[in-house]
Amino acid sequence: MKKTMAFAAALLAASVLSGMASAKTLVYCSEASPANFDPGTTTGGNDFDASSRTVYSRLVEFKHGGTEIEPGLADKWEISDDGLVYTFHLHPGVKFQTTDYFKPTRDLNADDVVFSFDRQFNKQNPWNGDKYLPNLTWDYYTGMDMPKYVAKWEKVDDLTVKLTLTEPNAPMLANLGMDFASIVSKEYADQLEKAGKMADFSTKPIGTGPFQFVDYQLDSVIRYAANPDYFKGKEKIDDLVFAITPDATARIQKVLAGECDVAPYPNPADLGTIKANKDVTLLDQAGLNIGYMSYNTTIPPLDKPEVRHALNQAIDREALIKSLFQDAGATPAENLIPPTMWSWNKDVKADAYNPDAAKKVLEAAGLKEIQLWASDRVRPYNPNFQRAAELIQADWAKVGVKAEIVNYEWTKYRSEGKKKDRPGAFQIGWTGDNGDPDNFFATLFACSAIGVSNYSSWCDKDFEDLIQKAKKTSDQAERTKLYEQAQVIFAKEAPAFLLAHSQVYAVVRNNVSGFKMDPLGIHRFDGVDKAE
Amino acid sequence: MLRYLLNKIALLIPTLVGITICAFAFVRLLPGDPILAMAGEHGVAPARYEELKEQFGFNLPIWEQYARYVGEVATGDFGVSISSKRPVLEEFKTLFPATLELSFFAMVFAMVIGIPAGIFAAVKRGSWFDQSLMGTALVGYSMPIFWWGLLLIIFFSGYLGWTPVSGRIGLQFFFKPITGFMTIDSLLYGKWDAFRSALSHLVLPAIVLGTIPLAVIARQTRSAMLEVLGEDYVRTARAKGLSAARVIGVHALRNALIPVVTTIGLQVGTLLAGAILTETIFAWPGIGKWMVDSIFKRDYVVVQSGLLLIALIVMAVNLIVDVLYAVINPRIRAA
Repeated sequence: MKKTMAFAAALLAASVLSGMASAKTLVYCSEASPANFDPGTTTGGNDFDASSRTVYSRLVEFKHGGTEIEPGLADKWEISDDGLVYTFHLHPGVKFQTTDYFKPTRDLNADDVVFSFDRQFNKQNPWNGDKYLPNLTWDYYTGMDMPKYVAKWEKVDDLTVKLTLTEPNAPMLANLGMDFASIVSKEYADQLEKAGKMADFSTKPIGTGPFQFVDYQLDSVIRYAANPDYFKGKEKIDDLVFAITPDATARIQKVLAGECDVAPYPNPADLGTIKANKDVTLLDQAGLNIGYMSYNTTIPPLDKPEVRHALNQAIDREALIKSLFQDAGATPAENLIPPTMWSWNKDVKADAYNPDAAKKVLEAAGLKEIQLWASDRVRPYNPNFQRAAELIQADWAKVGVKAEIVNYEWTKYRSEGKKKDRPGAFQIGWTGDNGDPDNFFATLFACSAIGVSNYSSWCDKDFEDLIQKAKKTSDQAERTKLYEQAQVIFAKEAPAFLLAHSQVYAVVRNNVSGFKMDPLGIHRFDGVDKAE
Repeated sequence: MLRYLLNKIALLIPTLVGITICAFAFVRLLPGDPILAMAGEHGVAPARYEELKEQFGFNLPIWEQYARYVGEVATGDFGVSISSKRPVLEEFKTLFPATLELSFFAMVFAMVIGIPAGIFAAVKRGSWFDQSLMGTALVGYSMPIFWWGLLLIIFFSGYLGWTPVSGRIGLQFFFKPITGFMTIDSLLYGKWDAFRSALSHLVLPAIVLGTIPLAVIARQTRSAMLEVLGEDYVRTARAKGLSAARVIGVHALRNALIPVVTTIGLQVGTLLAGAILTETIFAWPGIGKWMVDSIFKRDYVVVQSGLLLIALIVMAVNLIVDVLYAVINPRIRAA
């Protein structure tokens, strides 16, 4: 009987859904299967594309195609003068999605917001631990230092939420636009808890985002429908389909054959074919990352800025980038942050290639030997540390500096490399999280990051004052000025050799409009349309 | 017969222990600390590191970790995926039909072409057909699956547009799985379009996955046929004046097929290994792709248990082949 019922239900679903074929459908060939659909518990870009950016919304959002913050579920917010209290005013009448597995009885309110964060740190919350899912680690919540900065979340009234911090931290706003900060439904959570089906929360998501979840066939296809109640207005496409296609060449062939409309991350070798095809467009952008090489600024003669500049000048950066990134290309880095990020200082330029000048300085400084570190791991900001090391070694040999290449396996490489007294030049890089300059400057070069992620052991008072002040200032225009100055000091002091920001690509069929490359590396389908 | 069967089963026990040790050790021998690997670019605070180590049981002595693992597996608990948080066995059950369906069609492709080609080559021994067939078989056997798959996609899907690039079925078809086999489910729902779509999606991956077994089967059939064709009873059959078709089809082939059946059974291991690459290229949602994804995600629970489950299946099939062989060929039982 049960089987017959299931069969009948399946038939019904099939007939209902087959009727959708005439609707406007956009197919995205995604690169990997999502781990699950609860963005608080996952870490991959593909997880977020499939959950937070489709199904959910946040208090604040990143501007489509940028790193600036704009209103989301919160129409407006106030920050107290001491920078400790954030008061968010929620958009009234926001509806959670109605699906065959959940029918909301109330609109979004402050309880949902408080619950969305509370579950990520409060051990007493039943959704924090094993009762919900086994081995939960809430990586982003802890990774972004939220436990350190957040004192409490409070409901003021149904449409007002108050966040109190332990110390002023301007990047907090950007953190709240991140995927882990997606707002979930407390009513849905309560219902599942009561029914003893808590795990469903991660497989059948309910949010307030532009698309609602329809079905997921494991490792194969994810289906969404436009959310008819979306508070920013229903999307132009009716159905959104993720066809999971891990092989890059197959993905591109699918776009070329019209089997999908958008695909990310083509193989560099296929870029020529894509450019030659008149039905598709290749989009590209400098990624939110930086590849660089840190000098230990505490060990002579690397403690002198002129020596570090000379080492930079001795490297033929253009040839190095060409050899490393080949057809994929990369944007040579002028600053630590990529040009897509707000506060990027266009007047700052990296050291130009000048081996003759370099040779003189290095000879005078008596630098004859140096350690040059490399690891085996392929990173988005540096596809081949070893090759880079060999090329730099050759360049330095020309100016009379003999480099000894030091190799370690990736985890050991980083633990050895971050030691305060590690000698020489250390190749590393960073991929940004929240599009806030603090996430680059403070994470990588704050005095407090020495021994953690400040591989240059560089602590410059002027630079430190600027970035700490910027961290505590809420006004973005003011912060922009501070970071611009910080970049000038960084260029003058040269604690590192800046390599490049790797290029990110996506392929889009020409009848698709409104799809934008996102500096945060996410793929969003709100505002996207497709001509028949 | 019973003694033979028990013998074979007894032999499985050390194999089984060996496999659990391999699966367990393999994951721990991978370079890099699994907890740090999971933490990604951010790294993890020392206190949190210890906490996670305890949570995942990495703080226990290695033998205790192994004993715990074997104990769990013995009770049918294959663990929970680190990334998806779903039970490994549940994911395996969902994905296995896709692999089975693909393997089945790959095998059908390999047999339908391999056996007749082998017979023909044996009958026309030394001819240009025989020479070129055996040459082609060698090429097929040495072909890197990855390259072969992409080549077929670019030519048949990209250039000619005859076949879909990847996936299991056209995206417009959407039904809840009943058996998990697309070809069967589409028929159960009475959707001919869907059935055709499922078949067309099977063509390229089945050819790619079936290429190596095809080469092996063709060569095996040829050599078995050659051996049988030289036997006295075949000469007798010919002397009786039977038609060539009858001599080859009935007298020779029946006997030649015994080693071929064994070969086919033993190709299951090849198919499952090949599925890892084929499924990744063709975005085929089976266990091969699942394993590759898990390796990239450093999901050691899935890698460890998936390895074990696949090994169990290969072992079971090999056991069945051994038994079948004994049934077909009584001489084996006595040996």
